Formats: sequence, structure tokens, C-alpha cells
Amino acid sequence: MRRKSLQLYTDHPELEFAVPGHRACQGCAEILALRLALKVFGKDTILAMATGCMEIISTPLPLTDWTLPWIHVAFENAAAVASGIEGALRILMDKNKIPRKDINVVAVAGDGGTSDIGLQALSGALERGTNFTYICLDNEAYMNTGIQRSSSTPYGAMTTTSPPGRKSIGQSTWKKNMPKIAVAHNIPYVATACPSYPFDLFSKVKKAKMTKGPSYLHILSVCPTGWRIPTDLAIRYGKLAVKAGVFPLYEVENGEWRLTYSPEPLTPVKDYFKGQGRFRHLTDEVVAEIQGRVNKEWEELKGMCVK
Amino acid sequence: MKKGIEVSIAASVAAKLARVEVIAAYPITPQTHIVEHLSDLVANGELDAVYINVESEHSAMSACCGASAGGARTFTSTSAQGLELMHEILFIASGMRLPIVMATVNRALSSPLSIWGDHSDVMAARDTGWIMLFCENGQEVVDSIIMAFRIAEDRRILLPVMVNLDGFSLSHVIEPIEFPSQEEVDKFLPAYSPLYTLHPDKPVTMGAYAMPELYTEAKYAQEMAIVNSRPVIAQVMEEFGKSFGRSYKPVETYNIDKADFVFIALGAVSENIKTAIDALKEEGKEAGLISLRLYRPFPAEELIAVLANKKKAAVIERVMPGGAMNSPLYNEVASLVHANNMNLSVQNYVLGLGGRDAHPEEFMEIFRSVDTKQPLRKDMNFTVIGVRA
Repeated sequence: MRRKSLQLYTDHPELEFAVPGHRACQGCAEILALRLALKVFGKDTILAMATGCMEIISTPLPLTDWTLPWIHVAFENAAAVASGIEGALRILMDKNKIPRKDINVVAVAGDGGTSDIGLQALSGALERGTNFTYICLDNEAYMNTGIQRSSSTPYGAMTTTSPPGRKSIGQSTWKKNMPKIAVAHNIPYVATACPSYPFDLFSKVKKAKMTKGPSYLHILSVCPTGWRIPTDLAIRYGKLAVKAGVFPLYEVENGEWRLTYSPEPLTPVKDYFKGQGRFRHLTDEVVAEIQGRVNKEWEELKGMCVK
Repeated sequence: MKKGIEVSIAASVAAKLARVEVIAAYPITPQTHIVEHLSDLVANGELDAVYINVESEHSAMSACCGASAGGARTFTSTSAQGLELMHEILFIASGMRLPIVMATVNRALSSPLSIWGDHSDVMAARDTGWIMLFCENGQEVVDSIIMAFRIAEDRRILLPVMVNLDGFSLSHVIEPIEFPSQEEVDKFLPAYSPLYTLHPDKPVTMGAYAMPELYTEAKYAQEMAIVNSRPVIAQVMEEFGKSFGRSYKPVETYNIDKADFVFIALGAVSENIKTAIDALKEEGKEAGLISLRLYRPFPAEELIAVLANKKKAAVIERVMPGGAMNSPLYNEVASLVHANNMNLSVQNYVLGLGGRDAHPEEFMEIFRSVDTKQPLRKDMNFTVIGVRA
């Protein structure tokens, strides 16, 4: 049974930590996701960001979009940099060199920086029990460099390095299941979220923030530029991804899986694909194949979740 | 009082004396004894530090960047493949002006795989914007690590420092070493007081990107920082001498006053060269040694001063040129000679690769044959000692 709850926008901080003036594309849902997440983390937060869209739109020397302490070192190492920051804070507080207080260390990377090049550093940081939150802002390709496929690009999608052609349907591999990989590290908290569902996102960020030890948030961040959709439809497509079961909203708290939103009956995948330039070339057969796998994975997920 | 101790262990004791606060490291031969002993010191509560067991050297240097930016005195150590894996981040650490100190236990690069010592690792990292010190013996390793933090954290410098020690031939030998007391070190090296840190009370942005309008200026400012660090480094070395009674200079010399001929070398091989020089002296022949303790920034002025009136020099290197005309140190010495119109004939010798011993007799032979030396080919000026070609 679906429960409805009423939440007020004013329950959430008015403070902004990603301020206006950044260079994100029109309609970018990634900066929106991050902006909302940072509202919950609040001012006692340090951000370690990987190279990628959010880094490049925010910090052209000598300007910055961040009113929080922020560091960018390289592409594949946000989790390792965060480990170093967390270590420094711990020892400096232990030695009474800085006042003891709770400071959130948050690493942020895109899907390429997480599921491809940054996977090793992330695994290391999760395995070590680093007290931090890792946010993967998943826009399903290397958008910053011009829409190249990543291991998080969905099956069939057209990107500049997975072009459809006589011998190609587009992306030939199924989207890597990063949240499941994070769960396999036995960390206390893993969740998926989407800024199209802001209150769900708020509550998950809050849980991640309160977690002692590593927490992992995987946030679907619709990219109008890369998905080839009109710039005013990012929120709608985020909702469609969730309602089609393509990107389910769930959390795994101390190993216990729970759906945070049940979209059943699922919207057909073809309704989600409709209007997205990246899926335009797909034949009905391929769409049917994808629908079959989405249904199967949805049932599997439901099976893992507590009723 | 001197104590017989393995140089690797001594290096970790030096890091402890420097009161390092974060260590992020990944084990690799021949660096392992350093990180093992540091782990012990942290585990036993003898060193109040956070030890981060990272999953690679790339993450080691990345975590060091985070820790240093967070305001902690940060130390790591690596060798060979590990240094190459962190190569990308070496540039970022120096570009972001993070005063990390790293002990690099010099080892050959694969392929073929070799765990043994030479300088191919550090030479591939020589232009990463790090200050680089080389050590001849264990005492220098200890003293250099302590000095390295003073140099790195100096507000006029703020750059990472690499302390190089030769794998096995230095790292794994037991030497008599004198350790300064903690009080003396604390006096020489006060607690790290960073200029900027990542903290919510004073938010800063670190690691912004630069458009073409600013990149050159940013890199120029960094270059000036390392170039201008030279007198400060000399000053720190001098002050170290006053505090601890062991004085160091960016460029060390041995028996150069009477000699027309000098060897120019880096690291522990210098001690073997000194043995050769002593043996030559007994034959009534004079050869000198110029050993570069400081390699980056390149101590040009100091080198010009000690090369004055010298006629011949043999640059000894533990690295293949890799397709260059000569090995790296030779190229720099040659460019110094050219730029200053010095009347000095310089030859390039490659030896001690992949842990092969460099015997004093070989240096004596170099001395004897320097006038008649034939290069391998016309377009190459280097000679590989003892190679079975």
C-alpha cells in the first residue's frame, strides 16, 4: 500500500552552498541534485570532488561556486582524497589542534569517475571504513567531455563512443550496478535517489550524513544535453526513469534492502525512451528486450527488499 | 650517541621525530620496511598519527593531498612502479603547493621487472615540481627527512619534498646513525602551521582549473617558488648544521681542490666513488667528486662554483637515457657548461642499473680512460659500464 506524506519545502534549509553563477548547461539536473544534497549536509561539510561536469562548471580560476570548503585533485581519486581529509580532521582533533566537531566529508564524482576510473579508489575507501559520504552523480555517460559511454550508460543508448550503426545497436553492455557493488562492501548505508523526488533525496542524504562510517548515494542526474531531450524536461524524465523501474528508488541500511517508492504498475520503458534522442534509433525488438530485463531486475529487487 | 640501525627503520624513526600526523602508503619493495615500521609505531601509540592503508600508490598520493590540504603534516614513501603509478598526482601535489614529504627508495622500473636499485624511478619523476634531495648514507636520510619538512612547510616555499635513498644498497644496510632528541627536533621543526586548510570555519576552494588566460601565470608562480627555494634550502641546511652539528650543502664535494677531473653523481654511489678517489690518491692521482644533495631545484650556481677551473667531468648515472642523447643529469650539466661558456669536457657513464654493483675499480677505470673514451655511436655520448653487449 502506498503511504502518502506531506512535506513542506520550508522544512529544508534555505541556505545555498552551490550559489548562482555556475556554468552548468540549461536544465541540468546534476547541479540541482548536488545543490539539494548540500542543503542537507549543511555548512560543516568539506567537499572532495572528482574532475567532471560539476567541477568544471563551478571553479574557473579565480572564481568558485562553492561556499563550502572544496577540493579537486584529479578524476579517479575523490574517495582517496576524502580519506586523507577525514584522516587529517581526526588526528588534528585528537591532538586538539582544531576544535572537535562533526564535519561531514563528502566525495562527489560522476558515473565515469565512480563506476569506471574511480572504482578502485572508491572500493578502497569503503573497505577501510572511511567516515564519509560518497555521492555518485550519474548522468549515464562522460558528458563533460562530450557524451562518451561509461559503464553506467544504459544498454542501447547512443553516445559518441557507442554510436548505433550497421554493426551496433549503440551501448552494447548493460548498466553497471554501482549501488550493488557498494552494498557488497558491507557498508552501513547505500541509497539511490533522483532530484525529481526531492523529499526522498533529502531523507536519504540525511541518513547518509548521520551514518558513522561510509555511506554511498547514487543519484540519477538527468542530462538534457547528453540525453538529447528538451531542457525543460529533466525533472519529468527523472520521474519516468523511476516510474518505469529503470532507476528504482531504494536504500540498503545495514544490509536491509527497502524500496522507498514503489511505482507499480511500472510505466512501459518505451514511454521513458520516447523523446530521448539517445534511444531514438532503438527498434521495437530491442526495446522489448530491455523491457524484459527491466521487469526481471525489478522483481529481483522487490524480492530483496523487506515487505 | 650512534646506534647501529637499518636505514629504512631509521627513515621511519626520522618521520616519527618529525611528528608526522597522516601517513598514507602502499607497500612496495624495497620501501616496505619504512611503512612496516611506521605502522608499528602508530599501532603501539609511539607515534600519534593516522595511518591510511590505501589500495594503491595513486590513492596514497591522493590521500596525502587530502590530508595535507586538511592541515596535517603528511608523509609517504614509495619505490619504482609505485612512484610511476602516483605520477599524475605528483604534479598536482606540487601545483597545489602541498608540503608533503615522501621518501622514495629508488628502484629500477619494469620491464624487465627488477626489484633492485637504480634511479630510473626518480628520473622519470624529476620534473614534477617537487623539491628533490638525494642521500649518500643513513645519517643523511634521517637528517634529510627532518630538513625536508622544514623546507616543504616554509611559507616562502610550500612545495612537496622527495627524499631519495637508493634501494637496498642504502635502504637495507645497517649503519651507525645518530638520532637527535625529540626536543631538539621540535625546536628545529615546530608544529606545522598551514596557510590555508580545508575547514568549514573558513571555506576555501582548492584545485580550481585555469583557462589559457591564467594557466601560464599559475605555472610561472609555481616555477618561481621552486627556483627561489634554493637559497632557503641552503639556509635550512646551514641552520640544521648549527642545531645538530652536521652541516649539509646543496652540492657536496670530495677532494676537488687539487683535482682537474671530477665525478658528478647522485646518491649512495658517491660513497663508492670516494673509495675509488682514495685509491687513486694512493697511486698519486687526483680525482674529485661532486655529489648533488639537492637535485631539484637544480643547484646551478653552486655547481658552477665547484666546477670552476675543472677540466674534465664524468657524470655517473643509474638510468638509461631512454632514447635521449644522454642520461638526464648529463644533459643538465652539459646545458650548464654551454650556458656559462665553461671550458669543461663532460662525459656520460651509465652503470648500477637494476641493482648491479658499482665497484670502486670501475670508477678508477673511468678516471683512467676518460681521455680515450669512445662513445657507443657518434650520435650518443654515453657509455654503459660493464655491459655485455
